[in-house]
Amino acid sequence: MDVASAFASALGLIAGLDPQFLQIVGLSLRVTLMAVLLAALIGVPLGAWLALSRFPGRPAVIVLVNALMGLPPVVAGLVVFLLLSRSGPLGGLGWLFTPTAMTIAQTLLVLPIVIALTRSTLEELWTEYREHLTSLGLSGARAVPTLIWDGRFALATGLLAGFGRASAEVGAVLIVGGNIAGHTRTMTTAIALETSKGDLPLALGLGIVLIALTLVINAAAFGASRIGARFAG
Amino acid sequence: MRDAASILPLTVEELTFEREGKRLLDRVTFTVKAGGVTAIIGPNGSGKSLTLRLCHGLMEPSAGSVRWGVGSGLMAGRKRHAMVFQRPVMLRRSARANLAHALAAVKAEGAGARVDLALRRFGLTELAERPARLLSGGEQQRLAIARAWSLQPEVLFLDEPSSQLDPGATRQIEEIIAGLAAEGMTIVMTTHDLGQARRLARRVIFLDRGRLIEDTDAAAFFAAPATREARAFIAGDLLW
Repeated sequence: MDVASAFASALGLIAGLDPQFLQIVGLSLRVTLMAVLLAALIGVPLGAWLALSRFPGRPAVIVLVNALMGLPPVVAGLVVFLLLSRSGPLGGLGWLFTPTAMTIAQTLLVLPIVIALTRSTLEELWTEYREHLTSLGLSGARAVPTLIWDGRFALATGLLAGFGRASAEVGAVLIVGGNIAGHTRTMTTAIALETSKGDLPLALGLGIVLIALTLVINAAAFGASRIGARFAG
Repeated sequence: MRDAASILPLTVEELTFEREGKRLLDRVTFTVKAGGVTAIIGPNGSGKSLTLRLCHGLMEPSAGSVRWGVGSGLMAGRKRHAMVFQRPVMLRRSARANLAHALAAVKAEGAGARVDLALRRFGLTELAERPARLLSGGEQQRLAIARAWSLQPEVLFLDEPSSQLDPGATRQIEEIIAGLAAEGMTIVMTTHDLGQARRLARRVIFLDRGRLIEDTDAAAFFAAPATREARAFIAGDLLW
């Protein structure tokens, strides 16, 4: 099959809303959205705490979190695999090769981005607002809601970056999900598999959706920072 | 809504602040009674802003004390003394939301009405929905004063309220300060602008290198400063 006709078939899959195709896209979005949500729920409070607290070893923690932003997805996958494998500490849960395992692995990938960005955003705002907020009796944890609200556009950009990283990665979901058709097959693992099998239309169709998704994410991030700039002056 | 008990007089005793072995404020003692404008003046690095911050409770003194008529060290709403900073701190929200945030922070009653009142009182109604950080320097300072005023403080601390403003905006801020004083608010401000101190203040506290040199009636201070340091400062000489 030549590339041109593969493209035509791929567009056909997208336009025809092929059930197998939709199932893969749906699972990918579900897993990644859940991972970003979990990472936000865990990472924003942790980042806020890191921004406002002072303790020995804090610089080392900040460096570690920043370094983890570059954590290779296959390593994150390996860690979650070891945790969830039958002989691992959480093996009894039976989560290995399920979408739950994939969500956990992706949460690990997104978490450092959310913590690091929350930390830097809130710390910068705190430096600027500290005296005014302290004057109003808002210090420590009581300052956090104000800082999160005023940093909302930067934080949204961070979450979108996390979403981009998670939706594009293949290593972690492949290891802990197993790429089981109809169960744990995502856009990225399907592309890897179908390309090696020679089924170019499905791989290309999913690739087009992934690229479109990336475009949408970046447009949203651009929009968020533009709106944020209006308030930041 | 003000309690009957006044937080005044403010009694500052032997106030001392040291950082990294340097004594930035050295046994400063003064009292502030109700009413009028007190100007703390002095050259750069004399400890003017530091004195305000210590009085407002933003920093802890190394030695000495800041005492209020009732309670001690109670802030804003509760505290009933508010502070406006040299560079107005504008939250990344509209002018209206900046006012509402401060009132919510001190859990003020009738916040909505007080926001509208503050906007009107300081001529900010037209600008209410604009992002605060996009306002001009003078408008930002007006908003910062409106925000402090809306907390209904008994004492207002102003740190160099017009140092970053052009002459027109400076005049406007001075009119506002004079108006607040006329309404009975007690104002303690720092300024490096002697003309401003002369125009506004009833009393002058002159600091030099962390020490209180003169604490006197403003008219007397400008007519005939008692100390060599004050004479030199007014004459525009550097104090070394």
